[in-house]
Amino acid sequence: MPQTVYIAPYVQGPSPEELKLTRRASRRSGLFAPHLLKAAFKQSLVMLRPDIQWKNPVMFVVEVGTVLTAVFTVARLLGNFSHISLEYLIALDVWLLATVLFANFATALAEARGKAQADTLRKTRRETPAIRFRRYESDNPRLLSGAKIDRNVLESIASTELKANDVILVEAGQVIPGDGEVIEGVASVDESAITGESAPVIREAGGDHSGVTGGTRVLSDRIVVRITAGAGKSFLDRMIALVEGAIRQRTPNEIALSLVLSAFTLIFLIVTAALWPMALNAELYMKDYLGAAEPVKGLGTDVPTLVALLVCLIPTTIGALLAAIGIAGMDRALRANILAKSGKAVEVAGDVDTLLLDKTGTITVGNRKATQFIPLDGYSAAELGQLAALASVADQTPEGKSIVDLHQKLPLNGQHGPRSTSPALLEASIPSGARFIEFTAQTRMSGIDLPDGRQIRKGAPDAIIRNVEQNDGLIPSRLTQQVAEVASKGATPLLVCEGNRLAGMIVLEDILKPGMRDRFERLRRMGLRTVMVTGDNPLTAKAIAEQAGVDDYIAQATPEAKLAYIRKEQAGGKLVAMMGDGTNDAPALAQADVGVAMNSGTQAAKEAGNMVDLDSDPTKLIEVVEIGKQLLMTRGALTTFSIANDLAKYFAIVPALFAATLPWLKPFDIMNLHSATSAILSAVIFNAIIIPLLIPIALKGVRYRPVGADALLRRNLLIWGLGGVIVPFAGIKLIDLLLAGLNLV
Amino acid sequence: MWTLPLLIFLATVVLAIPLGSYLAGIFDGRVRALCWFRGVERRLDTGPQNWKQYALALLTFNVAIFIVGFAILALQPLLPLNPDDKGMLSPTTIFSTLCSFLSNTNLQHYSGEVHLSYFSQLFFVCWMQFITPAIGLCALVAIIRGLRGDAHMGNFYVDLWRGVIYVFLPLSLILAVPLIASGVPMTLEGNIQVRTLDPGAMGVGADGQPTLLQIIARGPVAAILAIKQLGTNGGGFFGANCCHPFENPNAWSNFLSCSAILLAPMSCLVMFGKMLNNLRHAAVIFGVMFVLSATTVVWAIYHDAMQPNPALIAHSERTYQIPDPATESGLRTITLPAVAGLPVDQELGNLEGKELRFGTSAGAAWAAFTTNTSNGSVNCMHDSLNPLAGLAPLAGMWLNCIWGGVGVGLINFLIYLVVGVFLAGLMVGRTPEYLGKKVEAREMKLAMLALLIHPLMILGPTGLFAATDWGIKSMNNPGAHGFSEVLYEFSSASANNGSGFEGLADTYGFNDDSANPSQPAPYAPLWDIACGLVMIICRFIPIIAPLAIAGSLAAKKPTPFTAGTMRTDTATFGFVLLGTILLVGALLFLPAAVLGPIAEHLGPIPFGG
Repeated sequence: MPQTVYIAPYVQGPSPEELKLTRRASRRSGLFAPHLLKAAFKQSLVMLRPDIQWKNPVMFVVEVGTVLTAVFTVARLLGNFSHISLEYLIALDVWLLATVLFANFATALAEARGKAQADTLRKTRRETPAIRFRRYESDNPRLLSGAKIDRNVLESIASTELKANDVILVEAGQVIPGDGEVIEGVASVDESAITGESAPVIREAGGDHSGVTGGTRVLSDRIVVRITAGAGKSFLDRMIALVEGAIRQRTPNEIALSLVLSAFTLIFLIVTAALWPMALNAELYMKDYLGAAEPVKGLGTDVPTLVALLVCLIPTTIGALLAAIGIAGMDRALRANILAKSGKAVEVAGDVDTLLLDKTGTITVGNRKATQFIPLDGYSAAELGQLAALASVADQTPEGKSIVDLHQKLPLNGQHGPRSTSPALLEASIPSGARFIEFTAQTRMSGIDLPDGRQIRKGAPDAIIRNVEQNDGLIPSRLTQQVAEVASKGATPLLVCEGNRLAGMIVLEDILKPGMRDRFERLRRMGLRTVMVTGDNPLTAKAIAEQAGVDDYIAQATPEAKLAYIRKEQAGGKLVAMMGDGTNDAPALAQADVGVAMNSGTQAAKEAGNMVDLDSDPTKLIEVVEIGKQLLMTRGALTTFSIANDLAKYFAIVPALFAATLPWLKPFDIMNLHSATSAILSAVIFNAIIIPLLIPIALKGVRYRPVGADALLRRNLLIWGLGGVIVPFAGIKLIDLLLAGLNLV
Repeated sequence: MWTLPLLIFLATVVLAIPLGSYLAGIFDGRVRALCWFRGVERRLDTGPQNWKQYALALLTFNVAIFIVGFAILALQPLLPLNPDDKGMLSPTTIFSTLCSFLSNTNLQHYSGEVHLSYFSQLFFVCWMQFITPAIGLCALVAIIRGLRGDAHMGNFYVDLWRGVIYVFLPLSLILAVPLIASGVPMTLEGNIQVRTLDPGAMGVGADGQPTLLQIIARGPVAAILAIKQLGTNGGGFFGANCCHPFENPNAWSNFLSCSAILLAPMSCLVMFGKMLNNLRHAAVIFGVMFVLSATTVVWAIYHDAMQPNPALIAHSERTYQIPDPATESGLRTITLPAVAGLPVDQELGNLEGKELRFGTSAGAAWAAFTTNTSNGSVNCMHDSLNPLAGLAPLAGMWLNCIWGGVGVGLINFLIYLVVGVFLAGLMVGRTPEYLGKKVEAREMKLAMLALLIHPLMILGPTGLFAATDWGIKSMNNPGAHGFSEVLYEFSSASANNGSGFEGLADTYGFNDDSANPSQPAPYAPLWDIACGLVMIICRFIPIIAPLAIAGSLAAKKPTPFTAGTMRTDTATFGFVLLGTILLVGALLFLPAAVLGPIAEHLGPIPFGG
């Protein structure tokens, strides 16, 4: 029967290059890209709707004030006698409206940026065809051999119809239609659509690199994937929903802060509302004092002016930017390729006390490498190398490979000559009939039994020593000391024996990533404890921990040990962040306050964590913490700035209120402003334009510096507290000069 | 000039340190009482209370003493120890007096020697003066227990017993002795009538003949005086308070009284540090309070004792143009005429309303101290302070957290502290935390409630009374000064201070009109009711809300201290606190200050008297 070849339908969708470009573009597009500005402007008008504006109580008060002022303006326009000039009322109204619009604009701009991100992501989510197994049995087709697949077991459906636990086939060139786990095969996958990283990654069945994400593209080979999230529930879907809906889920701290802002608004409402009768008291008295027939009217009893005072006093600056700060925090995380499952997770990251960092990949470069052969008992280094290499031929772990590498690279005087052996030659030198002994957790050694009866083993020192002793071999008295010496340098000693003769020691060394020591020092100044997690023995772990400068380490770490450590830290009130990828990391990821799963990791890990790092970069944890801190700092700084601004505004507005009733209050007008109306307008204008001026800071965040809390506080107090007191004095005076200079008042 | 305030301050600090340690020992149960007292304690102990139970016990007890107090005042004519046959007070006077003493305010819309019998003085005034500061102390102690994360907040009744019996009773006994020695009377005998040397010195009688007799009021003054000062009460035996020679005979009694005003609030701070085992934190708070306190004292003395009375000096002519649409040019010119100075030597500053036997700076210093704390006794006429000097007592009451009332002053400070911690805590990039506990939405809600109530209760009623006849017709002086009188009254009520600017017609007196020596003020009932409500609201909300905050913080898991935690025991944090208090607390009252004292200072003479 001729086998029909199943031909994959041509995938419609943006090519990876296309996607990459859009993504890069959206990343590069500055804070004020024209299309974002346009969208934001439209949205800021829509947000004037009272039911939407209501969600921001501070700005809602401004909106109500604007309407009230408009009512008074119209009344004045209709000829209602008033001592207040119409131009002043109109200018006031325009600038009050501008204040609301600026605030809405800030929020809308942040949202628009989020939406732009989401749109880019959504492009990858286009409907793609999925090839589903009608019935999947694990040994059904031999994928690895590249055999043809019987069309009868496959069906083509739309990706939107996929359900969890469906098993699908994805071939080279196709887009993976949903999140899942590779259960058969190995493929190189282009994940640039999600991560923006162009280098393809390997995804293979079993192990910790089995997770695939919908929207990514298989570049070579084919894989069988078990879908873990049905249509609409995939990772991408959640990501899009989150980016777009960031404003709708406020974080605990944001809620607390908006509560404080609302309360301040209420307090200042009391202050301004009570000012009206107080000003009336002054006007009544002045009427008597001057013997005037008409009451002496000032701005103190003018409602629009009191609205202006209220708007200037309530924390509009932070009220306008609060939502934007929150959205921008999520956005910053996303730009760093971290996907937080909630805004709360980002916020909590700023509070983290303890970081659990995997040694491998975070503190050290990749895996351990064999760096030295130390022969014993009459063996030469070359002989030892040969034995070690033989014992490692079948060992596919990075360490095993590095032993073979070392053997080949060493300029030995041995049989094969320097640098001449290739792995193929080495393999060829193994006589047929040799038996590989695999590593097991019980024996903790591996090796090879040659047909000539030689048993070559390599493994952990205690395991080899036991093995030699059991075979009545001799253990050199210096051995334990030598082993300890190597271990205490942070290296891992492995012993090699041939039958009951010890041949020597292989030194496996970790290569520390450059600059990590400084980085940990920075973290320490931030108040974070770093804990290195490693499978090494305690002695080695201690040495590496010291070299790298971490505060603590978990040696011989098992998933249970990690979990226990996290629980112990949390019992002390600490917040713990960790990064993990494997399925066995899932409990610890779930337990940690901030659990960052690597995108390359298993689905279980991704489910358990509250963030996913799309780059699968273990040092990302540090960035996550900084983003969280930046988010909180930006809120605190702008709130302080907003409240500190009030001082200058009081000095501008209060003398202006009573300029007509109590003219001798002029000395109180320390800015010496042009006139009463220009003083009030200047304050209102300053209050309005400071919002757009601070949008970049709200979106980018106040710069976080890894210094102690005290130094940070001093710095921010000076900039935002003292600055907040001084800047408006200068700003209001400047605007006043401008208004007077242009003869606008 | 500066020796007196400096000495008062130094003496109080020296005394506050051991007293604070003693307080901490008492409330932590480390200092143990005599066995008989311990027996009473065991009987009182209804078991450990959480914040709700504690607050409920506190409120219930207050309702009980309100009822007892009401009975005593209402039944005054029927009760013993009434040698001068005082009649029944008007209902609103009773209400305001009850609220006033219940809230540790001691704002007096009556005159002690005129309106109260000795029984009322001893068993209402004096009794309340012992209990209410102890209640404030209990609230603080409970809050401290919450802040340090105790399993429960203690027992209100035991705390109250300890506060009254182990603290205020012995302290008052100790203080009363030197006071009596300096000439303060302590007697239950009625007023005495003396024949004046100068016939007619006391005016003319109803028959047109010069009155020969002077009635000199006396009574159990020393007992009340001691606890009045120690318990930040301030309600005097005499209407003239500590200006009266029987209530403050000489410089010594003045010094002792002034120091006693500051002693308990300062000791509370020491106790706070000891109980939290965080003296550095307490020291930072002390520093902030000291800066604020010193500023008000220096301001008051500088503007009162070193500046002339502006009403007596020469002023040149000033003209102002104000907009006036009624005129053609749209402007109206106001001319303030030149005023010739009076030939008065003002070397010693403004001497109006001062008791010179205490020294020149004694009045201003006392005015600042009595309003820094929520004491409210006075030894000079605050109405007569120079306008700018009058800002010092006003500012003290607006902030209401410089030393403050016994217990409650520090509680008020903690509210500012929580707000400061919240804002500054964010600025170090962490969720704000205080003493290792996260400050979140619930705590902030309560803190803002406590913060909001004070400006609301000062500015709201001030506005209401200033714009209507209720206030305008009650002012002794028109214009800015009259406005200050209204503003001061409500500031005093809201801060539970009790000092009076005076000059307001707010006394009704006896229910029987004819029994009153002067006509009842027409709007006095309104003042009674308004002030009474303000005092009660501003007493209990700022106690209950912080109790709730402490309760909610106590239930939280402590977070460990790291280099990333904001320290609360550094000078930097002191600046945070100072900034918060000034920006969040003081600025709110700037418009009112401008309309009152500042307008009066800058305005024409005569302007509002």
